[in-house]
Amino acid sequence: MMRKKGVPVLVGALLSLGVTVAHAGSLISPPGSFSKSTVIAGAKLFADHCSACHAVSNLRYNRLAIDLGMSKAEIKKDIMLPSGANYLNGMKPAMSQAEAKKWFGIPPPNLSHIVRAEGEPWVYTYLTSFYWDPTRPSGWNNRVFPEVAMPNVLASWGGIYTKSGKQLKAGSESPAAYHRQVAAIVAFLRYASDPSIFAREALGPYVLGALVLLSLVSYLLKKAYWKDIDDRRDAEGHINTSAMPKNKTKPDDT
Amino acid sequence: MSKFADWLNDRFPAREMMREHMTEYYAPKNFNILYYTGSLLLFMFFLQLISGFLLMAHYVPTSQDAFNSVQGIMYDTKWGWLIRYMHVDGVSLIFVLLYLHIGRGMLYGSYRRPRELLWIIGYVIYILMMGEAFFGYILPFGNLSYWAGQVITSILHAIPFIGPGLTTLARGGPGIGTATLERFLALHTVLWFLMLVAMILMHILALHQVGSNNPDGIEIKALKGPDGHPLDGIPFHPYYTVKDIFGVAVWLTIFAAIIFYAPTMHGVFLERTTFFRANPMVGLPDVTPPWYLAPYYAMLRAVPNKYWGIGLMALAIVLPFFLPWLDRNPVHSSRYRPVYRAMIILMAVVFFTLAWVGEQPPLPKYFFIERLGAAIYIGFYVLLPIVSSIEPTRKVPERVQA
Repeated sequence: MMRKKGVPVLVGALLSLGVTVAHAGSLISPPGSFSKSTVIAGAKLFADHCSACHAVSNLRYNRLAIDLGMSKAEIKKDIMLPSGANYLNGMKPAMSQAEAKKWFGIPPPNLSHIVRAEGEPWVYTYLTSFYWDPTRPSGWNNRVFPEVAMPNVLASWGGIYTKSGKQLKAGSESPAAYHRQVAAIVAFLRYASDPSIFAREALGPYVLGALVLLSLVSYLLKKAYWKDIDDRRDAEGHINTSAMPKNKTKPDDT
Repeated sequence: MSKFADWLNDRFPAREMMREHMTEYYAPKNFNILYYTGSLLLFMFFLQLISGFLLMAHYVPTSQDAFNSVQGIMYDTKWGWLIRYMHVDGVSLIFVLLYLHIGRGMLYGSYRRPRELLWIIGYVIYILMMGEAFFGYILPFGNLSYWAGQVITSILHAIPFIGPGLTTLARGGPGIGTATLERFLALHTVLWFLMLVAMILMHILALHQVGSNNPDGIEIKALKGPDGHPLDGIPFHPYYTVKDIFGVAVWLTIFAAIIFYAPTMHGVFLERTTFFRANPMVGLPDVTPPWYLAPYYAMLRAVPNKYWGIGLMALAIVLPFFLPWLDRNPVHSSRYRPVYRAMIILMAVVFFTLAWVGEQPPLPKYFFIERLGAAIYIGFYVLLPIVSSIEPTRKVPERVQA
């Protein structure tokens, strides 16, 4: 009994940490570029394959309309699950936490901050590192996250491999297309962990431009004021202060 | 001036203060780029006040809701991300400026007579800032906050006799929880903040009493013109106010670039482990402090015994207070003291090496670096009285250069 309880706690610890084990191997960065269209594609794939179990509780559905420009109808059709998801609330999983706990031993984690916490390369490498392991209850094991409770839900696209890399079953997608789709899911999770990213990058150039302009103007202002001083330097660089103009803010003492 | 100004100045010394601290405060004309740091620190402190005020309007100091209230600021509050990144990145940038500001004081001998008290007040501000940063660090209640709070409050435990009681007092109970967050919020926003404001005011008043030092370490008050003003001094206003406005504009550009394009600075300004909710059941493999406190942490770890380690760390923090009396050379600025200059540069390298090593996991391969770094850091203060009495110096010019 104790031991059975111990395993989920340990796995839970690894899950919420993922730090030590996870960063042992070499990690691969997701291919492709990060853009709104990739994120939208990733959000749809996430809704189809991941949100049966995983919540993204901090991200409300309507943010997808605000940040990514999706229409409400599109979000309702492609992203929101038919059962009880609310457009103004956070992204919820189809499965209840109690059911998930019964089936996997631990509830699948909320993925709101997973990319911020682990980094894109870790999430991408993790998703593409599943191998067939008949000794595991789910039949799956993972190279960057050994003994993980999650099965390889993307096996139908990517195919099934053994630990040594031998293909047991080909996937429905070409390897390039499969990796692009996984990268899109990772892109969505990156956006979900910091939805300000598109607003920041859209606004950034204007803010920096205005500040550079302010720097230039204030430099010219400084130069104009310092003309008094620079004009009065002698050969050694000393300033003849006695010839300086009287300070205007100083009231006349005489 | 106008009638209103006269009415006002009869009742409040506005004109007098303006004269004393601005238009007739004569500052050396040869300030270099390091002299922007003072006004920038003042500016950043003010920005932290504004962003902190806005954050506090949305923050919930309970162990249940603290993490989510901060995420609410990031996800659901209009411009919340901007305010939070300003506040978080602002801390790291304040410490960048603090280290440049302190390093400048060491380079040009600004701690020397008659500026001993100015140096001490400034160093107290630095220590208060470390406390302010630590309290703020705990508030978002990510897992790193939880364990950092656990580790730092347990340092108090090492104090003889009152240690255990003090730890309980700091935590508000046996562990880190709602009571800790509530008192840390009060410390962060009221007590420490007010102490900082008071010390900053005293720092500025003490500076204006003794006058600014300069890169040549020469007293400009020694040479006065017929009008009674220092020959190498220029009125702070308007000359340095316009110069500082330019400094603020450039600094804001850098600040905005970080906020808009690298708000976590690749995990240095906002650590990865802060994105997990606080969890007493899940320990972190290595709890490392933020980069600006890491040098002291490295020195703490350099000694295998907890009490001696804490003792060494405390010594490292306290030693700079004595700098004005440890330096015995009549020349102030390192410009004319090649050996002292080399020591300062070595010290800077060692300090940031310790910051780097303090962020690494506690592995035996780093012990040597930690110990060597700690030895050089302490050695600097031990050797300074001797070296400064015998070191060769170059001829100091009579008037400031350029």
